[in-house]
Amino acid sequence: TFNLSFRYANNAIKTSKYNIFTFLPLNLFEQFKRLANAYFLFLLILELIPQISSLSWITTGFALIVVLSITGVKDAIDDINRHKCDRQVNNRKVDVLMDGQLKNEKWMNVQVGDIVKLGNNEFEASERNSVQKETNLKVKQALTVTGELGDNIEALAAFNGEVRCEPPNNRLDKFKGTLTVNGERYALDNDKVLLRGCTLRNTEWCFGLVIFGGPDSKLIQNSGKSMFKRTSIDHLTNILVLCIFGFLASMCSILTIGNAIWERNEGSVFTMFLPREPGIDAPLASFLIFWSYVIVLNALIPSSLYVSVEFIRLGNSFFIDWDRKMYYPKNDTPAQARTTTLNEELGQIKYIFSDKTGTLTQNIMTFNKCSINGKAYGEQVDFSWNNLADPKYNFHDHSLVEMVRSGNPETQEFFRLLSLCHTVMPEEKKEGELSYQAQSPDEGALVTAARNFGFVFRSRTPETITVVEMGRQVIYELLAILDFNNMRKRMSVIVRSPEGKLTLYCKGADTVIFERLHPSCNKLMEVTTDHLNEYAGDGLRTLVLAYKDLNENYMIDWKQRHHEASVAMEGREEKLDELYEEIEKDMMLLGATAVEDKLQDGVPQTIEQLAKADIKIWVLTGDKQETAENIGYSCNMLREEMKDVFVVSANTAEGVKEDPHPQGARPPLWEPLHYGVLTDDLTPIPSSLHHQAFALEKNLRLELLRTACMCQTVICCRVTPLQKAQVVQLVKKYKQAVTLAIGDGANDVSMIKAAHIGVGISGQEGMQAVLSSDYSFAQFRYLQRLLLVHGRWSYIRMCKFLGYFFYKNFTFTLVQFWYAFFCGFSAQTVYDEWFITFYNMVYTALPVLGMCLFDQDVNDRWSLQHPELYAPGQKNQYFNKKAFVSYLIHGCYCSLIIFFIPWASMNDAVRNDGKDIVSHPSFAFLLQTCLLAVVHTQLCVDTYYWTAVNHFFVLLSTIGYFAISVTMYSNGMFYVFTSSFPLIGAARNTLNQPIVWLTIFLTFLLCILPVVAIRFIFIQLRPTINDKVRYKMRTEELPGPAPRHLLRRRSTRSGYAFSHSQGYGDLVTSRKFLMKRSTKRAPLFTQTDSSIFQNQPQHYRTIAEEAEESQSHKL
Amino acid sequence: MVKQESESANRPDNTAFTQQRLPAWQPILSAGIVIPGFVLIGLAFIGIGVALLVTSRSIQVLELDYTGDGNGSPCSSCSQSTTVNCKCSLNFTLDTLFQGPVFFYYGLSNYFQNYRRYGASKDDNQLYGDLSYFTSPSSSCSPYDYDGSKNPIVPCGSIANSMFNDTFTLTRTVSGKTDSVPLDGKGIAWWTDYNVKYRNPSVTPLKNAFNGTVKPIDWAKPAYELDTSDASNNGFVNQDFLVWMRRAALPNFRKLYRRIDASGDYQNGLPAGNYTIDITYNYPVRVFNGAKKVVFSNVSWMGGKNEFLGIAYLVIGSLCVVMSVVMLIVYAKFKFPDEE
Repeated sequence: TFNLSFRYANNAIKTSKYNIFTFLPLNLFEQFKRLANAYFLFLLILELIPQISSLSWITTGFALIVVLSITGVKDAIDDINRHKCDRQVNNRKVDVLMDGQLKNEKWMNVQVGDIVKLGNNEFEASERNSVQKETNLKVKQALTVTGELGDNIEALAAFNGEVRCEPPNNRLDKFKGTLTVNGERYALDNDKVLLRGCTLRNTEWCFGLVIFGGPDSKLIQNSGKSMFKRTSIDHLTNILVLCIFGFLASMCSILTIGNAIWERNEGSVFTMFLPREPGIDAPLASFLIFWSYVIVLNALIPSSLYVSVEFIRLGNSFFIDWDRKMYYPKNDTPAQARTTTLNEELGQIKYIFSDKTGTLTQNIMTFNKCSINGKAYGEQVDFSWNNLADPKYNFHDHSLVEMVRSGNPETQEFFRLLSLCHTVMPEEKKEGELSYQAQSPDEGALVTAARNFGFVFRSRTPETITVVEMGRQVIYELLAILDFNNMRKRMSVIVRSPEGKLTLYCKGADTVIFERLHPSCNKLMEVTTDHLNEYAGDGLRTLVLAYKDLNENYMIDWKQRHHEASVAMEGREEKLDELYEEIEKDMMLLGATAVEDKLQDGVPQTIEQLAKADIKIWVLTGDKQETAENIGYSCNMLREEMKDVFVVSANTAEGVKEDPHPQGARPPLWEPLHYGVLTDDLTPIPSSLHHQAFALEKNLRLELLRTACMCQTVICCRVTPLQKAQVVQLVKKYKQAVTLAIGDGANDVSMIKAAHIGVGISGQEGMQAVLSSDYSFAQFRYLQRLLLVHGRWSYIRMCKFLGYFFYKNFTFTLVQFWYAFFCGFSAQTVYDEWFITFYNMVYTALPVLGMCLFDQDVNDRWSLQHPELYAPGQKNQYFNKKAFVSYLIHGCYCSLIIFFIPWASMNDAVRNDGKDIVSHPSFAFLLQTCLLAVVHTQLCVDTYYWTAVNHFFVLLSTIGYFAISVTMYSNGMFYVFTSSFPLIGAARNTLNQPIVWLTIFLTFLLCILPVVAIRFIFIQLRPTINDKVRYKMRTEELPGPAPRHLLRRRSTRSGYAFSHSQGYGDLVTSRKFLMKRSTKRAPLFTQTDSSIFQNQPQHYRTIAEEAEESQSHKL
Repeated sequence: MVKQESESANRPDNTAFTQQRLPAWQPILSAGIVIPGFVLIGLAFIGIGVALLVTSRSIQVLELDYTGDGNGSPCSSCSQSTTVNCKCSLNFTLDTLFQGPVFFYYGLSNYFQNYRRYGASKDDNQLYGDLSYFTSPSSSCSPYDYDGSKNPIVPCGSIANSMFNDTFTLTRTVSGKTDSVPLDGKGIAWWTDYNVKYRNPSVTPLKNAFNGTVKPIDWAKPAYELDTSDASNNGFVNQDFLVWMRRAALPNFRKLYRRIDASGDYQNGLPAGNYTIDITYNYPVRVFNGAKKVVFSNVSWMGGKNEFLGIAYLVIGSLCVVMSVVMLIVYAKFKFPDEE
């Protein structure tokens, strides 16, 4: 109640814009803020001025009403959905501590100052000060003073403190505040607050104090500011519309001047038949004519363009949603076009920025093969040729199981090593339900493998490791962990078995271990090396295992020195390294493991396809260089023939600058490099939050870009989420290319938002990338279909639409322009007013829509077969300023034909009964019919793919035109609306004349035949890739699906299966760390440095950043 | 089963439409279609062109300008005087029979019946015979809606006011005897105009409907007295009025004045002989550099004489044939896609 007095925002949120009463005024206001609509309103006003009005206001009014109502309905539906989402979110339940007990309360009733209880996996309703401990990669930790309260309801209810904090803001990474309890002040920072939209993990519950509610929370503060993405075609169209405005103004000016001249020469003497209106002299009349022509020629401004474009995009988005070939049955996830306004941009992608983990790879490590004592085990059958093979393919070699069970000592020792030598944390919530928390998935895979083979790692304390060996529980005494680091590339443990035997178990990279083996192992080493090469060729990550029995006395001595070294004030690292080096030698080789960092299905093929389409793929990953390179090889981005591996890595700005010239004197013209690995490997200083991206600093940006763009393949390692976005923005800014970013996790969000198009991999644990993405699907391989098929089609369709739309409106309008020269520049329309009203909205609407929804130059299989078809889109070849000018010229030509052929043939013509035919209504009707014949036929020539729907639309429009015309010019309509349809009889008295039909025929052939001839000749002389493929499609059968050849790397290049970051052996042995084990809570990792975050981005996902609509969607 | 369904609840429908696999016809511009197509179209055009040209050549047209520009021209005296009903005459000789049916047109040039404000200056409701618009004509008729003393003008507006008011009679002189050629003024307007668009109010006598209104300023007689010889040819359904009200689309136009009545000597048209057109010259055109003419013409299935269409068809047809040869050469020489 005390808190209520401050009138903090309560937790109800409102993302909807309208309610029933405000919808109409607000929505109309919004719509008229758009230029096109405002222009229409302006026209409408002009038309209401009788001195200017050259057209009845109905013409514009009709178009405006259609456009407004379509948009209005769409906005209304959107807003209804928002209302629904709001209601759903606001009505979600949460436990609130009230009057000493927990009550289930709706979210919207939660007040600032309430104490709420959250369970595992629950969303945060509002922002709160975390009271309980939560442990994970982004560790949130309660203050000790509140942490001690535990889940004691009474204590919590009695808790009385005061929180002072900063005002609500949108900074997700900062929080400042203090908690005052019993007169003591405690600092609250970002680690102590949970943000709205986060998911609680790895703890069963937590209690929190609500600090910000609803609109004050950081999520909501952040939303609504999402950048509105526009396609390059949008930009171009806007520029073109401005050009058209200029064009319109100049045409109107020409006609005004023409009118002034006419008024002087002809009009002034014609006044005996047509007196001037009172108060309007010749100059004023000419001035008014300008505006009258603005009305007459208004069709130049593509009014319905925006609506139609939205409609086509929506249709194409539905096709993406509906595509079964982008549906992933395993988790029932269809592809989703979350943004419906970017489709054609998918056909223009030049750069793809991909995340690695979870995007290219499944982030599933599987223990795949092993070599024990010179004998190779593991499935020999390679399923990778089989697209349908179960990706969960497991270790199938039964002989190994039998070896273990038969008690083969080497084999047992092998798995014993795997179960002992690691830093994995076990978690056993219930008896028998064991789960591991591993620093890297590789380690997890190895320990799990040992577990499955009967060497179950059960639990650990700082001094012991409990393993169940073939059903028998054995407790090893843990004497030391010789931890992994990047220099050592290996880790070891020293344990004492219950029998008292001292053993050192070691695993590490092959090169490192082989140097430290006992000479007696030489032979075995050779065999194992062969196996290792084989594994490496399969792209597996390998580790070599070795052990060494230790002498008790030596151990005591070593332990002593180890202790001294570890407390040494100076040169501790070196001293320890020396000690480790000393003990890790003369080891006995046990064997080798091969772990597969499983790529998603079809990744190499997809990358190959996209590369063929001349799309540059950059992998941006937080991983270390070795891991990234390894993945680069296994997914076919890097190949053996790429010799000039080009690594940029330096710790300082100067270093980066120097580094691109590793050979020293490179010629000024750099040879194209085969590939480059960009790494921004900075000395990790945990305290420094600002990872300075030297390479991204201003003066080096262009250098970086220049270098990177010369490479076929670019892999950026160790990049932070922010740097990912910076790289994307860099390319976007300086290359003027369309970029696409694809990722699956929270760390990809910034990149996804920065790129022109963001794609999220859905169906996995986190939804955050998906929520901020424009398109989402479940598998990386669908990207090729999205781009090469849907994107290409959308682009072609959109370009065809725009081209055709401009063409048909130019033709339509320019006829009026020519007529001006024959009607005294009087702004007399050459067409019937109803025709002007219906031309865009009725007569020509459907066929072009049909074309733009269904057209495909070649079908999907051919599109995928010929990725080079994608190139014209990247080069923006189908619709650009040049193309626009050509459409203008084409429209100009057609309008000349459409006006002057009937003009010439109708000059002094009479009907075959001697009566009048050149009256204005019949001439208008003739021109209208010619115009429609021409634009419809042009559409037919442009349409490549004639479905039944296209046929139907074209026929319907043609028949519809005649039917509507005949109806409008019929007696009945005239009887009912006498003054609205004054053109009565025009159709009847015109269409029965052969001369009219001959004129129409001549006109439209004269418009179409040159187009056909020119196109034909161009196809012969300079066939485009589309022409070639279309011709091929006609003459050849589609070759069957390309044989998926085994992607085997003949390489000795090997990645070793470590997370490549400093392990946390220290933590394992530290008492402090494992203290909480006894409380039977979730296993805890204290705050670790960012490397874990880099390696396991999928564990923590805040959904706090996405825009409001995506938020509501998810909810 | 139920479980399976729920597992793939989001699976998109497998229809030809959603999967964009609708069966379709995919034509391409192949040489086998384009080149023969051009040849065929070209030949057809040439054929049509020849037919049109032959037909057009068979049509007889006689045009006589009577503006009276030059001093020696027949109506020059009338064109310079402002006398009402100034008389002048035109003589012409036919050496052969002017094949019937013969149509008699008057033509005006540089006359902008298609000027926007001119075209709008009428009241369709009034012309439809709606009496309420007799007393209050539409403002679109301005300044010809009311006269100086605020009396409504019927029919109102510029078009009606500027109605063509020259009249013609045609006489033939055969061996010294003057014979008047019968002219038929019935059915020269569109049927739809005569029967639907224009109507007299159903008041008898028609004159009463015009009580309280005045005739258009430039008219000599009120609307109900346009044709004194035929009572049914008066008011808004007067054929000459209807012809005038059907405003021309272009500034040079001709309008049907009369038909030569195919009876007696004129069964087959105008026989050879000397003819005189007696003109009552009223309509001023010289002030706006216009011209007036009378035209005699017969028609064929394609209407009046029209050289343009025939020539255009011939030219386009020939071009198509030429184009097909060009395309054939290009095709033979480059012949995509065999080059690859």
